[in-house]
Amino acid sequence: MKIEFDEKRPIYLQIMKAIKQEIATANLKGGDKLPSVREMAEILKVNPNTVQRAYQELEREQITYTQRGMGTFITNDVQKLKSLKKEMATELVTSFVNEIKNLGFSSDEIIEIVKESLEREVK
Amino acid sequence: MDTILKISNLTKNYYNTQALKGIDLEVERGKILGLLGPNGSGKTTLMKIIAGILKPTSGEVLIEDKKPGIYTKQIVSYLPDVNPLYKWMRVKDAVNFFKDFYNDFDEEKAKSNLDFMELKENQKVSSLSKGMLERLLLALFLSRNAKLYVLDEPLGGVDPSARDKIIDTIIKNINEGSSMIISTHIISDIEKVFDEVAFISEGKIILKENAEELRAKKGKSIDEIFREVYANV
Repeated sequence: MKIEFDEKRPIYLQIMKAIKQEIATANLKGGDKLPSVREMAEILKVNPNTVQRAYQELEREQITYTQRGMGTFITNDVQKLKSLKKEMATELVTSFVNEIKNLGFSSDEIIEIVKESLEREVK
Repeated sequence: MDTILKISNLTKNYYNTQALKGIDLEVERGKILGLLGPNGSGKTTLMKIIAGILKPTSGEVLIEDKKPGIYTKQIVSYLPDVNPLYKWMRVKDAVNFFKDFYNDFDEEKAKSNLDFMELKENQKVSSLSKGMLERLLLALFLSRNAKLYVLDEPLGGVDPSARDKIIDTIIKNINEGSSMIISTHIISDIEKVFDEVAFISEGKIILKENAEELRAKKGKSIDEIFREVYANV
């Protein structure tokens, strides 16, 4: 895993997001083990406390779970993984909609543009 | 809160100049503090006092509740801004020198740090480039099992390509029970290593905060905040 950090934003949030992305793209699957905090810190070249915080937050969101002495694992809860993907899609679409509305497009026009774009991609 | 270092109202005068003008600073166990400031702001003076090399003019410094002295020197590993090794030494002599000098020197750790830094046992200290010498000193001081590491400008005099190696070594040597204070005026590459940052200017701490909270609050990197703060000083 490699992250191009934007140092203007908290690093732990970016680590969380990167791990969520790995899950959404199925590079990480339910039951997979995450590198230890120390390993992850060395890979990402960040403070281990920052990785620790990202791991804690992921656990709080029930995306991961910790097994004592074994490490941190991705949840096996299929529903949770699905909703994570949905959540990420919503986030992307919300920011897209906000930006395109700023350009002065109406809802109908936006739908039309998205349709056109998708059709082009299919071809 | 488990505090390893507590400094209250610390001042230091050299003849007519006041180098430190009332420093208050705390470092928690297991945390890494970036001590950021331009040259001449008081970083080295502050670090030397913590290391027990300089005496304060007034105020108090407590390391694990003890004033700097024989005990604290055993638990503080101070990387000075000058080379403490002798010219005749080879790398292996430097290792033995450290082994004799410090009870907490971990030879295994030293071996792995020297390997990682690509330093060879038989290299002469006097033949090392500035960057390689910096690497050697860092490898040695980080090989002590200290409670508090005080690193004065570990990136000083090192070209950008070698910085990564130094930063990697620092990260590798972080351990849960120990704290670090790292002074630097080069921030962009190393800011992700800090838990907290303290900005020092003209002998005073003008800002101290958790690095992540500072990013969240200002929407800026520590490097950008640093440039802003010191543009107005």
